Amino acid sequence: MLIAAILALAIGTYTMRLAGVLLRERLDLPAGLQRLLPMAAATLLTALAATAALTDGGGFAGVARPAGVAVGAVVAWRRAPFVVVVVAAAATAALLRLAGID
Amino acid sequence: MRTSSRTPDRALRRDAAALAAAMVAVGASFGAITIAYGLPVWVPVLMSLIVFAGGSQFLAVGLIAAGNPVAAVLAGLLLNARHLPFGLAVAQAAGPRLRHRLIGSHLMTDEVVAFTLAEQDPARRRRTYWLIGVTLFTSWNAGTALGVWLGGATGDPTVLGLDAAFPAGLIALILPSLRDRDTRLAALAGAGVAVLLTPVLPAGLPVLCALLGLAALIRPRRRRPAGDHPATDPAVRQEAATC
Repeated sequence: MLIAAILALAIGTYTMRLAGVLLRERLDLPAGLQRLLPMAAATLLTALAATAALTDGGGFAGVARPAGVAVGAVVAWRRAPFVVVVVAAAATAALLRLAGID
Repeated sequence: MRTSSRTPDRALRRDAAALAAAMVAVGASFGAITIAYGLPVWVPVLMSLIVFAGGSQFLAVGLIAAGNPVAAVLAGLLLNARHLPFGLAVAQAAGPRLRHRLIGSHLMTDEVVAFTLAEQDPARRRRTYWLIGVTLFTSWNAGTALGVWLGGATGDPTVLGLDAAFPAGLIALILPSLRDRDTRLAALAGAGVAVLLTPVLPAGLPVLCALLGLAALIRPRRRRPAGDHPATDPAVRQEAATC
């Protein structure tokens, strides 16, 4: 049962990944839709970042995580390198938690 | 960000190394958490190899440990459904041959898509897709193995603030795309929808609902004499009409 569940999740996930890649090659999409696809992907990624920053298991994520993400976002907006963004966000959240603010 | 650098490939490799370090840490916590749930050692190792989608792996082992493998599969698939539109958006970056698409599809993750979309040139897109994809696959699986090996050690990514690192990294990667006015409008509207729906919908569905944000681009065509609205950019109206 355990291995069947893992296999089902793996096959289903791979199928969805491959479906998008193969469909794109087979379909002759109109220009408006072609312009919309990267926008759809950017929208999904932004929503992923926003929900991961602000929520945890359906509730609010507390203070430390959103604060860390906010610091990272400001640093990114000032065009700092990727590694600086990641470290600034993680360090802010970790230090806030160390100070007892979660 | 990277495009302004004089040595873009070195900058890309540095970004990949930073991502790999974070991935090893999160992968290790995944391995350790799975062992702490009392699941067999091969479960996290096999999952990281053949599922290779971090969020759905955490969700699935939680539900499997709670004794509900069917829910684990359904919730995991729902969470990964965003990969279908991702595939449509980055298909060309995987490569022209069937072999590239078959292997490249398995490497597709949120970070790979975000890094790829941040590049403009098709050749650079392809290099980025594969470099980030292979780096993440390697570091994620190495991290999982490390976590399994360390076993009982605390598998809590929040101690190092890694839960904040990932959304921040995503934001850094999406920022260049958000400079486009229409993309920004759709993305912010979609993110608002997703956050508002998170408390009431199962995991994965709110992010998919963010696609509703694209509706923010539909604007009514105004049939007014020219000069009535000097602030309205005709090019933008044209684009909106074609969507």
